[in-house]
Amino acid sequence: MLHTVLVFAPLVGAIVAGLFGRAIGDRGAQIVTCGLMVLSALLATVGLFANVGEPARTVPLLEWIYVGSFQADWALRVDPLSSVMMFVVSFCSCWIHIYSVGYMAHDKSIPRFMAYLSLFTFFMLMLVTSDNLLQLFFGWEGVGLASYLLIGFWYTRPSACAAAIKAFIVNRVGDFGFVLGIAGVFLVFDTIQYDTIFRGAAGMANSTIVLFGTSWDTLDVLAFLLFIGAMGKSAQLGLHTWLPDAMEGPTPVSALIHAATMVTAGVFLVARMSPLFEYAPDALAFVTFIGASTALFAATIGLTQFDIKRVIAYSTCSQLGYMFFACGVGAYAAGIFHLYTHAFFKALLFLGAGSVIHAMSDEQDMRRMGGIWRLVPVTYAMMWIGTLALIGFPGFAGFFSKDAVLEAAWASHNAFAHYAFWLGVTAAVLTAFYSGRLIWMTFHGEPRADHETMHHVHESPPVMTIPLGVLAVGAIFAGWLGLGMLDAEGQFWAGSIFTGPDNHVMHDMHEVPFWVKAAPFVAMALGLGLSYVFYILAPDLPARVASAFRPLHSLFYNKWYFDELYDLVFVRGAKALGVAFWRGGDQGVIDRFGPDGVALSTLAAARRAVRIQTGYVYHYAFAMLIGVAALVTWYLVFVRG
Amino acid sequence: MGFDLTPVLPELFLLVAGLVLLVVGVLTREGEAARVVATLSVLALVIGSIIIAASDKSPQLALGGHYVADGFSAFLKILLFVGAALAILLAQGFLHDRRIARFEYSLLVLFSTLGMSMMVSANSFLALYMGLELSALPLYVLAAFDRDNLRSTEAGLKYFVLGALASGMLLYGCSLVYGFAGTLSFDVLADAFGAATAERPPALLPLGAVVGLVFIIAGLAFKLAAVPFHMWTPDVYEGSPTPVTAFLATASKVAAAGLAVRVLMHPFGEWTAQWQQVVVLISIASMLLGAFAAIGQANIKRLMAYSGIGHIGYALVGVAAGSERGVYAVLVYLAIYLVMTLGTFGCILLMRRQGQYVEQISDLAGLSRQRPMAAAALGVFMFSQAGIPPLAGFFGKLLVFLAAVEAGLTWLAVLGVLSSCVAAFYYLRIVKVMYFDEAAEPFDTAVHPAVTGITAITALATLFFIVWPGPLLRAAGAAAAALVR
Repeated sequence: MLHTVLVFAPLVGAIVAGLFGRAIGDRGAQIVTCGLMVLSALLATVGLFANVGEPARTVPLLEWIYVGSFQADWALRVDPLSSVMMFVVSFCSCWIHIYSVGYMAHDKSIPRFMAYLSLFTFFMLMLVTSDNLLQLFFGWEGVGLASYLLIGFWYTRPSACAAAIKAFIVNRVGDFGFVLGIAGVFLVFDTIQYDTIFRGAAGMANSTIVLFGTSWDTLDVLAFLLFIGAMGKSAQLGLHTWLPDAMEGPTPVSALIHAATMVTAGVFLVARMSPLFEYAPDALAFVTFIGASTALFAATIGLTQFDIKRVIAYSTCSQLGYMFFACGVGAYAAGIFHLYTHAFFKALLFLGAGSVIHAMSDEQDMRRMGGIWRLVPVTYAMMWIGTLALIGFPGFAGFFSKDAVLEAAWASHNAFAHYAFWLGVTAAVLTAFYSGRLIWMTFHGEPRADHETMHHVHESPPVMTIPLGVLAVGAIFAGWLGLGMLDAEGQFWAGSIFTGPDNHVMHDMHEVPFWVKAAPFVAMALGLGLSYVFYILAPDLPARVASAFRPLHSLFYNKWYFDELYDLVFVRGAKALGVAFWRGGDQGVIDRFGPDGVALSTLAAARRAVRIQTGYVYHYAFAMLIGVAALVTWYLVFVRG
Repeated sequence: MGFDLTPVLPELFLLVAGLVLLVVGVLTREGEAARVVATLSVLALVIGSIIIAASDKSPQLALGGHYVADGFSAFLKILLFVGAALAILLAQGFLHDRRIARFEYSLLVLFSTLGMSMMVSANSFLALYMGLELSALPLYVLAAFDRDNLRSTEAGLKYFVLGALASGMLLYGCSLVYGFAGTLSFDVLADAFGAATAERPPALLPLGAVVGLVFIIAGLAFKLAAVPFHMWTPDVYEGSPTPVTAFLATASKVAAAGLAVRVLMHPFGEWTAQWQQVVVLISIASMLLGAFAAIGQANIKRLMAYSGIGHIGYALVGVAAGSERGVYAVLVYLAIYLVMTLGTFGCILLMRRQGQYVEQISDLAGLSRQRPMAAAALGVFMFSQAGIPPLAGFFGKLLVFLAAVEAGLTWLAVLGVLSSCVAAFYYLRIVKVMYFDEAAEPFDTAVHPAVTGITAITALATLFFIVWPGPLLRAAGAAAAALVR
């Protein structure tokens, strides 16, 4: 009951605000959606404490599909993993709803915005609580839809529409793999229920499946396909291009969907399917490789960007990489732990950035900021807390989780474990550097905005700063409070995260050499110190370095030319192919002989069919008698004949 | 057997309720009578449904073996009662606006429903004929209910004349079958013709009996409005008052389809090969004519007539399969068809300009701007009727086509899919007119709450069927299993 209310409260809010927004007005929509989200968040908090260490149970809702051996019901799976996710989602969403009241105060369609946010939260909760792959997919597509609607929320801006479409299409690529994965799971296990899959996974280890004439390890194929879906949703290397563009949406959206919750769905998927991944070593190696590469790759781009939200977006991409390689090396708990701390500090950073943008009259370019820290002291302090948590300053949330991830990478025996460790440490330097750069450029130095803007700079109202404060508390203490997740015996998770019999990462990670433990701290100090030198002590240094390493700088600045490459290969390629088929195939052949001709004869047939209808009763009676006569004749000649 | 009347309780209840309401209607004040009787009639139908839902579903004979109550009849009766109740509710505002609000309307619907209820429970040709006529006579009157309107009286008369002809054919068929079998009872017929035993396959049906069966099918096809016995439909649908059309298009067809399934599957269930081709022919003709002729229509009620002809064609695909899966598919199809069609007529009843009901398709222009919810509902019904997933209509079609494929009639399923492609054109044209064409005049905003409510509920049911299809599918499955033993 508790969980049913928890999951469906946001849906009710979305329906009320979305369909009756005009009737209840802006204020009414805000009260309804925020009120229901507070309820949901409270229940999620209660649920978290009640379910930690408890075995999984299922709350059935409705029957859904029964076709042959294929069964899917609506049900909520409640276990420590889903409880942690429900808590993260509901808690962040609740405060972001409240923040939006202030941030979107001047917008024209407030009920629509609140409805979309609540709808998103509902789908996300469905995603994390599903007990079969189809319901997971329902939530998965639902959050994709909500994300699309919210990125394109300001639909009069062409750039927002383009970004929304891009997000949707890139996700389709990932979903293609994901759907194949689900179908594959059904093919192999004859079910899509988690319980049955998890029980059967060990038995399927080392079995093979024949694809394209070669035999492959069954579980590797399945895990690989599912991970393709995760890559799309979580913006991993190759399918990451949509995430920075998604910043076209309002900032609360970036905080909720593109930082704290939706983009982490991929990590959740890997952790949820850990019983499958544990028996798929090659897939795990791939996960580690992609995760570690993304962590470094996104961080390099973050170094050079000037849009404050894009810097944080690339940072999100990079942190997601950390989570993935944690899962890849078998430390799923560390991955989820990082997901959980990351949700707090990244939401905080985004909302803080929103507060800055709000203060600077919608300016997002850091080159036109600077010197405002005295004017927005609360935001400034909150941004520092978020930054310290992100770069892993001792005592803050990110410190615990990032260290755990890196230690696990060192301790693991995965083929790419050390690759991941070294890339992770390097990325940590870069993380500290670009985070410091963001702070220095935004708040310190000479004011670079015009006089008009500087004159208007003001601290945000309490409805925005209070959520910042709450998330800041989370960014400081979430790490301490969640340390139980790293328990080597796995009592916290009570089997909801599975580790194979040979997987001792969670134990070994506590016994790594001292220098491994110290490495993240050194990396952080180095990065932060360098950024101080670059942007405060010697402000002309960045330009000199950029020109000295021009090729490298333009590679990073232009995001490794991924967008250009994709545009060249896929967009233009597809367009050329489409035009060729359209002109040559469709218009030239099919239309000429097919539809145009068929349409004409259809119309002619329709005209004739109408003409039969004369309106005279004796014609009608005649038709009936002829009909009977014809049927009897048919019978006598063809059936008995 | 004996004189146990318990299985007949729903019909007895409706009969007594109808007679009592007749008196109530006469005794109530002129202005009040229509409303009071309508309310009580709906109540009677609801109670009737509850009696059926609560009753024993195992097959029980009554009235000397002429009547059978089983899971199959229970499923259909609940559909019929719900359809009739909604038809009464839909009508009240319309009749009032047209100044023909008379209490007889509800009573006629009630008595006709009683006849349909007897039809789906018929276990002999005698009961079949009696039920059919009891359901048909009130329908003739209902079609001409707007008696000062030329088109309405014309509709009633045409329906009556052609209905009499169809009844004659049906009776002729019954007498032929009786002549060769020497019995009227469905239970005994099969044995009389030499049903399969452990030693031998079923005997060949006598020629005369098959000709009789063809005549019976023709009589039922008239009620179903299947080609070539459909000619009355467009004229009658257009001329009758719109709520009557809704009733004709839903309950009447459901009852006839139920009866046809029972006759073909129960006494003649072992001779599927003998009647399958006839049903297939009628089915193909109906699907094709329903698809093509509707394209040329300008009046939405005429369009619905052809659309209904097409739908019956699809339902007959399931009948032609001649299997339990087929019966199951037909039942699901009928239930979904009933809901979609009532909702569509609800939408048609929402279209008024300056107090006048309009029914041209071009009148729908601009509906989406002025009445976005009504347009959305009609859009849902149109997409659903066209069979677009994930709406309910898709699943009805999917099931009948699956049944046909399983029965080895793949080509019939392919034809069905192709004709539904053609049919999609005119459904989508309505959506296009609603959403893209400019309106000439504004629609009235005053609406009757019952019509709005029914439209909204049926639209939601159509839209969200996919979320919770279990209860309907289970009930239809049980009903099909009860018939095909």
